[in-house]
Amino acid sequence: MELTGAEIFTHCLKEEGVDLIFGYPGGAVLHIYDALYQQQDVSHILVRHEQGAVHAAEGYAKSTGKTGVVLVTSGPGATNAVTGIADAYMDSVPMVVFTGQVPTSLIGNDAFQEVDTIGITRPCVKHNFLVKDVSELAETIKKAFYVAASGRPGPVVVDIPKDVTAARAEFKYPKKVKMRSYNPTVKGHPGQVKKALELILSAERPMIYSGGGVLTSGASKQLTDFTRLLGAPITNTLMGLGSFPASDKQFVGMLGMHGTYEANMGMHHCDVLIAIGARFDDRVTGNVEKFCPSARIVHIDIDPASISKNVQVDVPIVGDVGSVLKEMIKGLKESGKKLNQTALKAWWKQVDEWRSEDCLKFDRESKLIKPQYVVETLHKITKGDAFVTSDVGQHQMFTAQFYGFNKPYRWINSGGLGTMGFGLPSAMGAQLANPDSTVACVTGESSIQMCIQELGTCRQYGLPIKILNLNNGYMGMVRQWQEFFYQGRYAMSYMESLPDFVALAESYGHVGMRIEKPEDVEGAIKEALKMKDRLVFMDFITDPEENVYPMIPAGAGQNEMILV
Amino acid sequence: MRHIISILMENEAGALSRVSGLFSARGYNIESLTVAPTDDPTLSRLTVVTRGSNEIVEQIIKQLNKLIDVVKLMDLTEHAHIEREMMMIKVQVGSMESKEEVKRLSDIFRGNIIDVTPSTYTIEMTGNGKKLDAFIAALEDHPIIEVVRSGAMGIARGEKALHL
Repeated sequence: MELTGAEIFTHCLKEEGVDLIFGYPGGAVLHIYDALYQQQDVSHILVRHEQGAVHAAEGYAKSTGKTGVVLVTSGPGATNAVTGIADAYMDSVPMVVFTGQVPTSLIGNDAFQEVDTIGITRPCVKHNFLVKDVSELAETIKKAFYVAASGRPGPVVVDIPKDVTAARAEFKYPKKVKMRSYNPTVKGHPGQVKKALELILSAERPMIYSGGGVLTSGASKQLTDFTRLLGAPITNTLMGLGSFPASDKQFVGMLGMHGTYEANMGMHHCDVLIAIGARFDDRVTGNVEKFCPSARIVHIDIDPASISKNVQVDVPIVGDVGSVLKEMIKGLKESGKKLNQTALKAWWKQVDEWRSEDCLKFDRESKLIKPQYVVETLHKITKGDAFVTSDVGQHQMFTAQFYGFNKPYRWINSGGLGTMGFGLPSAMGAQLANPDSTVACVTGESSIQMCIQELGTCRQYGLPIKILNLNNGYMGMVRQWQEFFYQGRYAMSYMESLPDFVALAESYGHVGMRIEKPEDVEGAIKEALKMKDRLVFMDFITDPEENVYPMIPAGAGQNEMILV
Repeated sequence: MRHIISILMENEAGALSRVSGLFSARGYNIESLTVAPTDDPTLSRLTVVTRGSNEIVEQIIKQLNKLIDVVKLMDLTEHAHIEREMMMIKVQVGSMESKEEVKRLSDIFRGNIIDVTPSTYTIEMTGNGKKLDAFIAALEDHPIIEVVRSGAMGIARGEKALHL
């Protein structure tokens, strides 16, 4: 069957099982949009800015585990998408981004809306392709989806010149794809698994440190089983929250810069560290020279380059977290061996002592709304069951600390790149993928303004997202650093002329609320959640000078936290 | 320590910039980089000479392997290997004495004079980098007009080989 490139494009998406894509039209992709218009299998969500399209696809991908798909035009369409692509790269989100390109005959001529998309995106994609001939289109798309979702997932860009979308070719979608240069390891080396188990069983003060890789691998159950079988304390990274139930007594909270006292002290004093699908990010380790000084380390990761990158480990296992954990559980059960229970009991006594420090306490008598209280109340009312997205800054940390994620794929945030503007569009993706679930976006008045135009998209598609704007009038995290490390010189961290968010939300056809007193918080959230088919923008006027505690200052060790 | 890394890559547009981009993005050092297609036209072979601690070189190799277009690679410095570099050098030879002197030096270093004008000799020479440096130093008083060097290439000794 001979089809145009644009028709091949839509057929390929159908073959890949893609039901939803996010995008914005433009000159170079008009043939594709015309083909999309004439079919029913793939729906298209029109965003208001290309960055929003990519974040929405991330929200879709992170809440479902499926690959997010984006379509944008050449030039500014592609460059606007770059922030989102870099974000997806840092957080290993499976995604295929199609960018239009000027016709092949014009490439390199500084044509209208031409940009070297392949060159610009090269450092922030897992891989990218320029399709120069329509006969290569179907196979390239097949490869793109395969690369994006396998191994350590990531964004793949497919740049398609306009003439390629008009040219015709025989359409045949490859059933399978094999690339001699790409073959990710899935199964852990049995010898390494055995070595790891020996080391783990020798531990007196074991600590499990797990990250986003567990979610990517779909291995929350294996992680939970393994942790319970072992009986050790477990901490999650920002990206790993929800992979182990936060309400479980073995969970000691998030670790890192704004992690709990018990998690960070546990890391510092453990003698065997079991790192699972985590990458020893600087926000986790603090000063690497002072990181886990007495621990021998097991590290399970599908990406060999993540192993011994920042911290040298003793037993590396390259493989898919779920598959490796399964082997480890089997090994543990078959051997019938357990940790030294006397030592483990003493270790837990110590951990519980740290826990009794209650490092997340905050002033509950305050006349001002405390941001922590808003998140805690959201948790209470939604029973910890909502999809929660966030932007970047203090509100993100408060959400990570106080929402208490019990289920995987519920927490959607920008961890690696730290992209302000991520919250609202990612909530759109999560809501579209989970139309019957509550999706809340916890944000701040600075972050929300970076992609606020997406309120229009929410209106167009009737997305009943609940936005909790923790409005303290400052770029809170910047202000906090300036208070701590720059003697309170608040350079440019205060924004004058904030919009009236209630009126703004209403002008887009949504519901707006302003909440100024702590006693109104619970009622407002309840009321908002009752409006099942409306987007509600809750503008909480919060304590302008609240800080996120605990905090490990840059360059300090994990045991050198600032507590309240 | 100095390492010579040989890489087999898909011979596609932009493959080279993926490698050079990786080095600059991650702050790795490139002493030299050469690339050309192999007997199999779908494959290119690159030779990168880099310097770094063992940890850094291990990371470089992992990151290179992570590039989708990299099919296979080998750190030649881990094995017995042969390293060669080619140089072409144009020297001013005005007088009869300097013509004879440069010819003699070139012979000693097993170079070939590949182009001659009344006032210049162009010499082709192959060897490891140090030998080429030594030749340049030996030319001393003879003015060098230009030098072009290929950068290092390498191949493992014996049965060991980088192939598919």
